[in-house]
Amino acid sequence: MEYAIELRHITKTFGSVIANNDVSLDVRKGEILSLLGENGSGKTTLMNMIAGIYYPDSGEILVEGKPVEIRSPKDAYAHGIGMVHQHFKLIDVFTAAENIALVLDKHEKYDIKAIKAKAREICDRYNFEIDLDQKVYEMSVSQKQTLEIIKMLYHGAQLLILDEPTAVLTPQETEKLFAVMRNMREDGKSIIIITHKLHEVLAISDRVAILRKGEYAGTVETAHATESSLTEMMVGKKVELNIERPDPVNPHLRLTVHNLTVQNAEGVKILDHVSFDAFSGEILGIAGISGNGQKELLEAIAGLQNPDKDSSIVYYPDDDRDSTAEQLIGKTPKSIRELGIHLSFVPEDRLGMGLVGSMGMVDNMMLKSYTEGSSFIADRSRPRHLAESIKDELGVVTPSINTPVSRLSGGNVQKVLVGREIAAAPSVLMTAYAVRGLDINTSYTIYHLLNEQKQKGVSIIYVGEDLDVLIDLCDRILVLCGGKCNGIVDGRKATKEEIGLLMTRLKEDQEGGVA
Amino acid sequence: MTVSHEPLMRIVKRGESPFKLKLLVRLAAVLLALIVDALFIYFVTGLDPLAVYTTMFQGTFSTPMRFSWAMRDLASLLLIGIALAPAFKMRFWNIGAEGQVLMGALATAAVMVFYGGKVPNAILYAAMLVAAVFAGALWGFIPGWFKARLGTNETLFTLMMNYVAIQLVACCVNIWRGQASGLGKLNMKTKAGWFPQLFGQRYNINLMITVLLVVLMYCYLRYSKQGYEIAVVGESENTARYAGINVGKVIIRTMILSGALCGLTGFLIVGGRDQTISTTTAGGNGFTAIIVAWLAKFNTFYMALISFLLIFLEKGAGEIASAYNLNDFASDIIAGIILFFILGSEFFINYKPIFRTGRHETINKEVA
Repeated sequence: MEYAIELRHITKTFGSVIANNDVSLDVRKGEILSLLGENGSGKTTLMNMIAGIYYPDSGEILVEGKPVEIRSPKDAYAHGIGMVHQHFKLIDVFTAAENIALVLDKHEKYDIKAIKAKAREICDRYNFEIDLDQKVYEMSVSQKQTLEIIKMLYHGAQLLILDEPTAVLTPQETEKLFAVMRNMREDGKSIIIITHKLHEVLAISDRVAILRKGEYAGTVETAHATESSLTEMMVGKKVELNIERPDPVNPHLRLTVHNLTVQNAEGVKILDHVSFDAFSGEILGIAGISGNGQKELLEAIAGLQNPDKDSSIVYYPDDDRDSTAEQLIGKTPKSIRELGIHLSFVPEDRLGMGLVGSMGMVDNMMLKSYTEGSSFIADRSRPRHLAESIKDELGVVTPSINTPVSRLSGGNVQKVLVGREIAAAPSVLMTAYAVRGLDINTSYTIYHLLNEQKQKGVSIIYVGEDLDVLIDLCDRILVLCGGKCNGIVDGRKATKEEIGLLMTRLKEDQEGGVA
Repeated sequence: MTVSHEPLMRIVKRGESPFKLKLLVRLAAVLLALIVDALFIYFVTGLDPLAVYTTMFQGTFSTPMRFSWAMRDLASLLLIGIALAPAFKMRFWNIGAEGQVLMGALATAAVMVFYGGKVPNAILYAAMLVAAVFAGALWGFIPGWFKARLGTNETLFTLMMNYVAIQLVACCVNIWRGQASGLGKLNMKTKAGWFPQLFGQRYNINLMITVLLVVLMYCYLRYSKQGYEIAVVGESENTARYAGINVGKVIIRTMILSGALCGLTGFLIVGGRDQTISTTTAGGNGFTAIIVAWLAKFNTFYMALISFLLIFLEKGAGEIASAYNLNDFASDIIAGIILFFILGSEFFINYKPIFRTGRHETINKEVA
């Protein structure tokens, strides 16, 4: 058997943290290997050592059977290794071709015509769709990713490492990427793909290598694996892969959204006359291809957008009390809070919006409550208690409750955020992509927390991207398409195909008789 | 094919460094700086390094008077650093401290010129203070307002406001000096508006206010609700909006505070130190203070230490230059080397170098 790369007894530590411990694995020529593991299991660290970002503390790396030293990304290129990172390494103001030129060796001539010709040849060979003269800032996420891959191939990569490439793609874009990956495999290239989505692992890879807590847990042939066998290897114990869905108890109207229209800075309607009701004790799912108004919808309810004048969002308190309904349009997050309305919101951008990365758990707990009390000095004793209890209850792994949350792994960051939002005793809980990038265990923790809130009578609005989860978790699913509400389906009866169709094609009555 | 080796040296991030290590690294840095400096002094200037070091030390410590002067200059630098801390913590690039200090100084001087001797001293002091704080606050408010409402670039805006302030001062000085060649001390005869002497020096009042503000600003940034808002806005405006913070209001409020404290510094410099005004009243401290604030990561107690180091080196360099009749550049190099090593040591507190051990070669041999 010929191997593209072999890792032998690789160990890497950061301070006192062992990221990889005695990991040995290999990748055959012309195969797609999935690298699977929970968050913090050391997948990215291991790949970064192959790509020359980190240098191992001990162990060795063999490329095509020969021991090599990879000291920098340049060395990695020289050995035919290319990595596409989660965060793209592109220059926004350059065109696609100019970005490709960046990887030229210093002895090579800068000849943009020749570069384009060679790049086009690569595109044709593997069926990439890209405009080489387009500037990067005008590209979609999927186009940027394509460009990264072309860049690596241009540089002669024989082994490609893709770090969670599908996390940011729509189902259609993922299919396209997989087709390209299969083309590359036909051509004899080897690919390592990191992904958390088990059905993708089963669909694309030849073999699956599994890391558990920094250690190598084994490699299996994909043909012999199932979702539950992989999960068991990854977690180290059997995990129940069924999502509960308790029936709503005594639901009553909590929110009425009517004719909600939001325009962006260019005057384009991101949300176009969206109307729906949300009830207490139910989970309302929002499905749609990303960028179809999901973010704006939640932000509008939270008071972070400026909807058009004829929009209306009415909040109804518990109906057994004699309090009045409140119009939320035109209110700021602060004035909504001052009305005694507890809207909790877990935004998509956890560290850029929901939390302050440089602050510890304690300071993040007080983000929405620091104004309480009339004192000039902020009270930190209650946030400290809250941080302690969230750390214990949700099992947040952190050296201290004052460690900056940006140093925590993605799953722990989300636990901190969700924990704080739930602790605020919300009557409406909105979550955007609550399990994106999280491992199976943490994802199920989040589903469980949401169900707990649902049973407490909270109205939950769950924006999701995984249709299987939406169908298993939600009572009703609203499908957004082009900023319009393209239908609301029953989560217990709907099929994936039905929702997929609503996501991609506007119903005729929605198009207002046009065409 | 060329044989590739394990890299000669690679850099690894340390975990949380223990206090002992930090102390050790810093001591090593000072020692190394003195050794390198000694080589420079011996081979380039031909002087005795130990004698030069003694002279340098004397720049600040030879007499109580020297020490007192060093403290006086430290107070001005540190005060501006304290004033800048909230703005920079908010990631508002206030490059305009120089101008804000000058405006405070100008307002103080104007009150002294127009009302000196005409009103009781207590009222005069109060008027000087209010005018200075107001003028400084205005110079901070203007770029703050434009940033909050119109999104202008605060770096360029505050920088340009400096030149406006310098020209205003130049203009006023020209008017006030009349036919005289220079402005001289204001109210020379009446001493109206001059700070009273405390322990023999007028500027000791400045020192006491500086100490007080070190503590107050530390508490403001660390414990107050407003300090928390500043930290959130500085980290991410999106997060601030999500939390319900009025970002524009915080920017304007913080810049008023930053400018007002700069104005206060101008008041203290004119009333307690110079008793006069010129375009160099701030003396570049408005820019040096930016370094002080950033190096200390806005911790005002660290700022005091860093200010002291900078003043000590400045005084030492001056002393060497005059004692050995050295060129200014040579003495600046001697001081600069020390600063370089001390600042450079911060890198080794966060990272550690690992040198080639030959481990990989042995493994390869075993395989073969």
